[in-house]
Amino acid sequence: MLISLVVFTITAHAKTWIVRPATPLQKLQEAINNAMPGDTIIVEHGVYREPTIVVNKPLYIKGVGCPVLDGQKKNEIMVIKSSHVVIEGFSVQHSGYSGYNDIAAIRIVNSRNVTIRNNKLDDTFFGIYSQHAVSCTIANNELRSNAINEVTSANGIHCWKSDSMQIMNNTITGHRDGIYFEFVTHSTIKNNVSTGNVRYGLHFMFSNDDAYVGNQFRNNGAGVAVMFSKGVTMVQNIFFENWGSAAYGILLKEISDSRIQHNRFVRNTTGIYMEGTNRINVTQNVFYNNGWALKIQASCNDNTITQNNFQANSFDVATNGTLVLNTFNSNYWDKYEGYDLNHDGVGDVPYRPVSVYAMIAERNPVTMMLFRSFIASLLDKAEKTIPGFIPENLKDDQPRMKAFK
Amino acid sequence: MIIATNVTKRFSKLTVLDNVSATCNKGQTISLIGPNGSGKTTFIKCLLGMVVPDSGFITFNQQNIAHNWLYRSNIGYMPQIGRYPENMTIAQVLDMMKDIRKHSAGPLDEELIQLFKLDGMMNKRMGTLSGGTRQKVSASLAFLFNPDVLILDEPTAGLDPLSTEILKDKIRKEKQQGKLVLITSHILSDLDDIVTEVIYMEEGKLRFHKSLTQLQEDTGENKLSRAIAHVMAAAK
Amino acid sequence: MKKIIKYVLLDLLRNRIIIAFTVFLAVISFSVFNLEDNPSKGILSLLNLVLIIVPLVSIVFSTIYVYNAAEFIELLVSQPLRRVNIWLSIFTGLASSMCVAFLVGCGLPVLIYAPTDVGLMMTAMGLLLTIVFVSIALLASVLTRDKAKGIGVAILLWFYFTLIFDGIVLFLLFQFMDYPMEKPMVVFSCLNPVDLARILILLKLDISALMGATSAIFSNFFGNQWGMAATVLIMIAWAFTPLWWSVRKFNRKDL
Repeated sequence: MLISLVVFTITAHAKTWIVRPATPLQKLQEAINNAMPGDTIIVEHGVYREPTIVVNKPLYIKGVGCPVLDGQKKNEIMVIKSSHVVIEGFSVQHSGYSGYNDIAAIRIVNSRNVTIRNNKLDDTFFGIYSQHAVSCTIANNELRSNAINEVTSANGIHCWKSDSMQIMNNTITGHRDGIYFEFVTHSTIKNNVSTGNVRYGLHFMFSNDDAYVGNQFRNNGAGVAVMFSKGVTMVQNIFFENWGSAAYGILLKEISDSRIQHNRFVRNTTGIYMEGTNRINVTQNVFYNNGWALKIQASCNDNTITQNNFQANSFDVATNGTLVLNTFNSNYWDKYEGYDLNHDGVGDVPYRPVSVYAMIAERNPVTMMLFRSFIASLLDKAEKTIPGFIPENLKDDQPRMKAFK
Repeated sequence: MIIATNVTKRFSKLTVLDNVSATCNKGQTISLIGPNGSGKTTFIKCLLGMVVPDSGFITFNQQNIAHNWLYRSNIGYMPQIGRYPENMTIAQVLDMMKDIRKHSAGPLDEELIQLFKLDGMMNKRMGTLSGGTRQKVSASLAFLFNPDVLILDEPTAGLDPLSTEILKDKIRKEKQQGKLVLITSHILSDLDDIVTEVIYMEEGKLRFHKSLTQLQEDTGENKLSRAIAHVMAAAK
Repeated sequence: MKKIIKYVLLDLLRNRIIIAFTVFLAVISFSVFNLEDNPSKGILSLLNLVLIIVPLVSIVFSTIYVYNAAEFIELLVSQPLRRVNIWLSIFTGLASSMCVAFLVGCGLPVLIYAPTDVGLMMTAMGLLLTIVFVSIALLASVLTRDKAKGIGVAILLWFYFTLIFDGIVLFLLFQFMDYPMEKPMVVFSCLNPVDLARILILLKLDISALMGATSAIFSNFFGNQWGMAATVLIMIAWAFTPLWWSVRKFNRKDL
């Protein structure tokens, strides 16, 4: 709001340049060079093949009729080196590709309050790349590439050493990582859709105090990875159909003091995988039809899992250790077979969400082929009568009788 | 009509039929006699293709019966113990057999059904019938399709004297029409007056095959039962 | 042949056990779906019914039926009928009536309450397993002359396919844990129709877990359409090999 107000007040006194093919002003770079800070440049429909366009002053650059900026598979298409720049309404395509340089379609360098919105990116190496950027907005963009493997592809929205970024309503597909954060703080990732990327839908490292809210991560090679960070808020996201032996709804590694709330984990091989996490609250989420809803490694401490719905998962919880220092409480487990004599909605006997067969499959994955066989259910029944194999204190003492709405 | 040549059958170690050869012709009424376990029923089952011989072969009207099934439409068979699907009524069993055999050559012979008064209990289930009544059903079925050959395994066992007489009359009648009738029975006196030939079996071997008159001559006995007793005594 | 099938079917229809089995399946299926508010949980409860009870009833009932029909078979064999036709008619009659019982008792509720991929797959597998176990039952009953022994063999075979086989496989998987066991596992699965049926259902039910636990070999074999078709073909082979063998045996059997 503040940014747009600033932009508006500046443009109020500014000149407007119109770039159009087959006119004297047919190059965007020329218009930028001619313009004064605060001017508006309107780029009309057409295809613009220029060397890397450098934006070095505060400008409002707007595409009308979806003009195409074509990198001809050679170079970086646009670099923004100034604060208060708005780029809007372009179709940016065919960036260069490099094995050793990070070539991007649109790069933001050392700038503040840059807005990239309503653009379509197609066949780009890196999509939108920000380094040392502060308070920038990347919104309503469509990023599409055709990554085949991790080596020859790059990330959709890539932020490095940035702060207070707003990534909103973007659609990212066919990249290596949909959204990549490294050393990014106080930022928000909201309402994005990240699907069909070869590695992670969202890749998050060394980035503290960020929030991602209302995003959809679907069918990415390895789901979402959140690593080496603290103070991360993950709310109302949907993690859907992330399949594979190393694919997770969320992979949490070395995360502490974070919150996972109101998310939906549906049809993932593993809903949440936790390794070395501390003091994370996993509350009010829905785990539906996953292979493993939750895998908690023995290195996790003081995490709280409460008021979640666990429904139609092959396995609810798996762990690799015997000592469990996490709290499970007041969740709904559809596999719970206990009773509720006093009708307070809470089951009278504790629920043990780790099944023997989950432990067996954890040790020897091929045994999954015998899952749901007679012998597998016999093993589970035997363990219920004579426990000894599954961790003693991994249990929910107040399992809910009915699913949370 | 039926020629068995060197038929041998073993059930595991036990030799039930040992090199049995016999010729049965049209118009003959042959009594197959022998102590229990002498192989009579097995021999009959071989003729019907229910038991497959280990060696030797059987022809029916000059055709080898192995892998053949159509020849059985010329045979009426009355088993020793006729048991039928318990849930079916007599009428249903009769209908089923008529249905299965697709009888087209001439009218059905339902005389025995009437003589045995089976038409009065057509709706009784097979499971509820007495042994004798079942025998009557078996007999009626054997004669029903007017077959050229009748094979009757212990036909009079379980029948009351009256029914036995009815059956014997019927056999006599069929014999006069020139049919081949093969009967096994251990109650010898029943057969005296209808038999023309005797095959005597013992321990799987065919001891002799003679016409009744020949047998009477050889033993000097008039009655079949006595003649047989004579033979058995002589064997010992 | 049609006529013999007709009479076998008529006889089976009068047999209360088939009706009782249908009712039993229907009662369980409907109550499972009515007690569980979630149909997918109902499907899970029915899974054991399909994989364990249906084979048991199919094999035991068929074996007993064949022994009880010994006289009927004898009667038919003495008639001008081909033995192959008699035997195949008995198989057809048994398999079709058991299939109808399963379809009405279990398939119908599934299709009403959970007409999903899983439900359809489970119904299809239930039918295939029924046919497979009727066929195995015919083989068991033609191989043993004694009724008690035959029923014993049938129950043993059921026990083998539903429990012992998997137990042995599980044991082997742990014995040879350090070796790649995926290919052998695919082969093991093909040796047991119950496992095949279970895996095909798992592919619909637990695909998320399967995609993680097992690597390329598994998804390449069972995961794609060809593998699926191959699996179904192997199931069909499981139905017809014992049948073919039993026909050969029956052709030479002394009655």
